[in-house]
Amino acid sequence: MDTHHRQGDQARPEDPRSEARPVLEGPDIARVLTRIAHEIVERAKGADDVVLLGIPTRGVFLARRLAAKLEEITERAIPVGSLDITMYRDDLRLQPPRALARTEIPGDGIDGRLVVLVDDVLFSGRTIRAALDGLNDIGRPRAVQLAVLVDRGHRELPIRADYVGKNLPTSLRETVKVLLAEEDGRDTVLLGAKRATPGAHP
Amino acid sequence: MQRHLISAADLSRDDAVLILDTAEEMARVADRPIKKLPTLRGRTVVNLFFEDSTRTRISFEAAEKRLSADVINFTAKGSSLSKGESLKDTAQTLEAMGVDAVVIRHGASGAPYRLATSGWIDAAVVNAGDGTHQHPTQALLDAFTMRRRLVGRDAGLGRDLDGRHITLVGDILHSRVARSNVDLLHTLGAEVTLVAPPTLLPVGVETWPCEVSYDLDATLPKSDAVMLLRVQRERMNAAFFPTEREYARRYGLDGERMARMPDHAIVMHPGPMVRGMEITAEVADSGRCTAVEQVTNGVSIRMAVLYLLLGGNETALTHARTTEEK
Repeated sequence: MDTHHRQGDQARPEDPRSEARPVLEGPDIARVLTRIAHEIVERAKGADDVVLLGIPTRGVFLARRLAAKLEEITERAIPVGSLDITMYRDDLRLQPPRALARTEIPGDGIDGRLVVLVDDVLFSGRTIRAALDGLNDIGRPRAVQLAVLVDRGHRELPIRADYVGKNLPTSLRETVKVLLAEEDGRDTVLLGAKRATPGAHP
Repeated sequence: MQRHLISAADLSRDDAVLILDTAEEMARVADRPIKKLPTLRGRTVVNLFFEDSTRTRISFEAAEKRLSADVINFTAKGSSLSKGESLKDTAQTLEAMGVDAVVIRHGASGAPYRLATSGWIDAAVVNAGDGTHQHPTQALLDAFTMRRRLVGRDAGLGRDLDGRHITLVGDILHSRVARSNVDLLHTLGAEVTLVAPPTLLPVGVETWPCEVSYDLDATLPKSDAVMLLRVQRERMNAAFFPTEREYARRYGLDGERMARMPDHAIVMHPGPMVRGMEITAEVADSGRCTAVEQVTNGVSIRMAVLYLLLGGNETALTHARTTEEK
């Protein structure tokens, strides 16, 4: 997830010129998550110590879905929580204060565990940097990995995802919007064009 | 949300609920191994206390430090203030030092308003109690405590106090806490009843958005929360009631009176408590008294207020990325 696309989307939900086209539909998202779950089990050699932390809002739903799939595969309960990064953002001073979301760390904590951060879109990488800062204040994981549904490129920091649902080469003029049933009523990933208003906030 | 917090009456319902919701998340920071957030790093907050205060100042200081702000404490005793410096000169001194926010407590009603609107200073002003006027963060933490106890921690998110009956008992006349609470609770949809001897009710109380009663026993059975206010002897220059014993007998909350309250009802006190006067030790030490909880909640509320006032930048700067759009 990234500020830029999210803000843009909220500012103008329906713009006739930016007709968004779906790049992933519900069944695709389900398949992608199943694949990521298998990859996590493979890379973590059984996912014994995995803790999934979703980044609000949509990362949390993805983390819960991933946890359900991991539980199917490993037949063990997988701790899942959420990590709100608002207070760690590097662009806090550039905008009016944002409402906070919930940080919910599973009961056993994250010390010595393999934390997999889950987010919907990987863009500049700044959200993930903030999440890594946030993790620092909560505990010391054995390792931290990153799972994203969509990687749209344009990184501004040396950050990469360990598990990627779909690599989506985009231009900065485009927006990527992930819709999930829990929040938006349907599962889909939309690729749209950004309205070019010079001087406006992206 | 405005740039200053001067009066609880300035808050809209949505502002107030946003502060309560934010405080609910801030409260969770206290459960972490590192009870600190980097949000106000590099911001300077001055606690400017012209009037004695322990719990409010410490609470603000704790909140500021948990948000990583730089804190400067400025108390009237032993500073230039006791040498006769005016509020204006103090404000300009602080401005020259480049402070980002001033938390002010002052004995004169209206001092924080003057500071915020005079143009002496650019910083955000938070009222930490002025004379007998307002104490908005106290009202917010009281509302937060009520919402947690009467609606629920998670169930309360996004909700107000619609239809709850809140009773404030005691020295309404001198109480900024009462004024702030009446304003805020009314905004949040609660129904407020003030109970006090007629001499301790301010002139014009009939225009406040609340009921007034002289009979505590009749009000207790329909109260969801009863807040007791300290009789402020230091502000009293006349005899407002015959004896303390008579006051305690008619308006003090003891175990017998508490038993007449509904089972879910809570007893609140903004502190400092005078045991034996407005509250008996039995009530103060019972599980229904939220005085200690209110102190804990005070830190969360003040963190929320400071974050919402200082955490962002109202002048939405254009992000660097827009250049690529043109």
